[in-house]
Amino acid sequence: MLTAIIAVGAVALFFAITLGLAAKKFHVEVDPRELAISEVLPGANCGGCGLPGCSAFAKGCVEGTIEITGCPPGGAGLVEKIAGILGVTADASEAEVAVVICQGDNVKAKNKYKYLGIEDCNAAQQIAGGPKTCPGGCMGLGTCQRVCPFDAIEITEDGLAVIDREKCTGCQKCVPACPRKCIVMAPISATTHVMCNSNDKGPAVKKYCTVGCIGCTLCKKKGSEEGYVIENFLARVDYEKKAEDINAGIEVCPTKCIRDFATEGYPEGSKLVMPNSVDQAS
Amino acid sequence: MESTKYDAKSFKGGLHPPDDFKHFTDKKAIEVCPLPEELIIPLSQHIGAPAKCLVKKGDEVKKGQVIAEPAGFVSLPIHASTSGTVKAVEMRLHPYGTDSMCVVIEPDGNDEWVDGLEGIDPEKATIDEIKAKISGAGVCGMGGAAFPTHVKLSPPDDKKIDKFLLNGVECEPFLTADHRLMLEQTDRMMDGIQLVKKVLGVDEACIGIEVNKPDAIDKCTEVGKSQGVKVTPLKLQYPQGCEKRLIDAETGREVPSGGLPMDVGVVVQNVGTVAAVSDAVREGKPFIERVVTISGAIVKEPKNLLVRIGTPMSFLIEQCGGLTEEAVKIIHGGPMMGNALPSLDAPVCRGTSGVLLFGKDMVRETKIGPCIRCGRCVSVCPVRLMPTTIYSAISYNEVEAAEEACANDCVECGCCGFVCPSNIPLVQAIRQAKNAIWAAKS
Repeated sequence: MLTAIIAVGAVALFFAITLGLAAKKFHVEVDPRELAISEVLPGANCGGCGLPGCSAFAKGCVEGTIEITGCPPGGAGLVEKIAGILGVTADASEAEVAVVICQGDNVKAKNKYKYLGIEDCNAAQQIAGGPKTCPGGCMGLGTCQRVCPFDAIEITEDGLAVIDREKCTGCQKCVPACPRKCIVMAPISATTHVMCNSNDKGPAVKKYCTVGCIGCTLCKKKGSEEGYVIENFLARVDYEKKAEDINAGIEVCPTKCIRDFATEGYPEGSKLVMPNSVDQAS
Repeated sequence: MESTKYDAKSFKGGLHPPDDFKHFTDKKAIEVCPLPEELIIPLSQHIGAPAKCLVKKGDEVKKGQVIAEPAGFVSLPIHASTSGTVKAVEMRLHPYGTDSMCVVIEPDGNDEWVDGLEGIDPEKATIDEIKAKISGAGVCGMGGAAFPTHVKLSPPDDKKIDKFLLNGVECEPFLTADHRLMLEQTDRMMDGIQLVKKVLGVDEACIGIEVNKPDAIDKCTEVGKSQGVKVTPLKLQYPQGCEKRLIDAETGREVPSGGLPMDVGVVVQNVGTVAAVSDAVREGKPFIERVVTISGAIVKEPKNLLVRIGTPMSFLIEQCGGLTEEAVKIIHGGPMMGNALPSLDAPVCRGTSGVLLFGKDMVRETKIGPCIRCGRCVSVCPVRLMPTTIYSAISYNEVEAAEEACANDCVECGCCGFVCPSNIPLVQAIRQAKNAIWAAKS
């Protein structure tokens, strides 16, 4: 009994001394600012900054290898905090959120075939270009939902991805995940979008979708010359322009694919966040 | 019963489909399909670079005229399959399912040949001249993959070819196009074999035929005896017709991972391809028509048709008396490796071996279940892969793990998905893995 206590005690003492010495000898200096920044970061390790994880971002900020505005989920509030820690000033740009620019679910838009394969948009895209006839439309198989680190994307019952603007931090992970490229980033204050991603000509769009942009240019001609850009038979909101310019296009759109979610609410599953209620943007 | 008649060879793995469904068309002689109202000729009909279009809307073309030139060594010219006017050069549904650039020709009904198509005397011609005739006629593999034939016949100098194998296996259920061709056009095929033998410099050729085609085995054995062409009866086992499985069954050689048959001194050609080689060399006739099996329980009169490249599939169905009920699934190629099509607007291309139509009795709508680790996919894989491992790797986006599991060696024969009790689309997953591996490298 006594031998055992002495033996275990001796081993413990040996390791205590060795580890203590090793900790002294191999001590790594960590900048206290780095730790402080790590504390204020969202901590989701989403990779939105382009670096592997939040601690890498904190290190980058201290070393000056990355802009302190580089954390999309953190938004403007975070930039201020990091600037305070580092003792620098920085202009915070407006936070962005992801928008699925498609409203053609399985009811409103046609499918060219019934897809029974793997539940993944990239897998479906390889089979004759995906089940949705529209080459730019959301297939609703949830690849974006699965890559979202913030659980901000939902797939509606009719098969359309919608983004919860309260949860979306603008990390942009979903943007490259979508094979149809129908998720885009827009400033959080912008509530009006052209909800279509088809570059086909009008008659082709009408054949497969009831709510697609037909490239009629009425939003530009009758609405506002300023607020819209039309490329490849598809209108797009110029988010830099004034809200009243942009909103002038809503009424004239014949297929109702320009939507102002501030007045009519976002599609089901996606909560409306008004710009003035967002603390990040204040 | 049949397998006892012959001393049949085979390979490891694979499966026996419960019924080969060949009875619909295996006794039906090849019929010539008439001229449709419109021919849709895709510019990409072969593996390799798509051909460059030489015609525009409104141009008059003659039968056999080159309407698109090859864009590189691994590429082929495309010819007009009849005389007429170019109605459009536009995106149309390709038989592989996506939209692709096609030349649409409105036939004038005269079916007039273009001038200057001449054959050569193979006895006097050099090997390069014969090869030029083959590539100029646009001949490619007719088994489905449509690999340009002249490329297969041009092995690098350090690869010594000592075996020439003919693929008359036709292991896909339903398809009988090669079977009928071996029976009805044996001489044309034998002539093509002699030409290819000359190009490759080999003395012996061997045709592999599955034992469910005893008439073809007997006929080819008889005709081939005097010409140095042997016939190997092969066991009924899918995918016997896969090039590398055929080499294994006939010679016992194994093509290394990532390698080609020429690495083990073998060249394999489809029986239809060598028949097209004969036409190309002796008559200078381009590859503008092929035998296609139109089959399925809902087709009123299933047939083997000699079809012009570009004929819309809907026209083929009309020639077969239409359908008895609405088609739930349209398949281009065979049921194991073919692809489903969204509509019958797609045309026949050089790689089309069959068009199959299934009603609701033949189509099962299944839910994908979880992998139960039963290992059936592993036991049937002819390449000895572990499809379930690749599937789970790619489900978690582990591209490197999928590559280590040799996803790139998969021949996409579909055995694994066919036997999976959980209905997991394993081939789709492996294709996804292949694409991800390719994307990670480029």
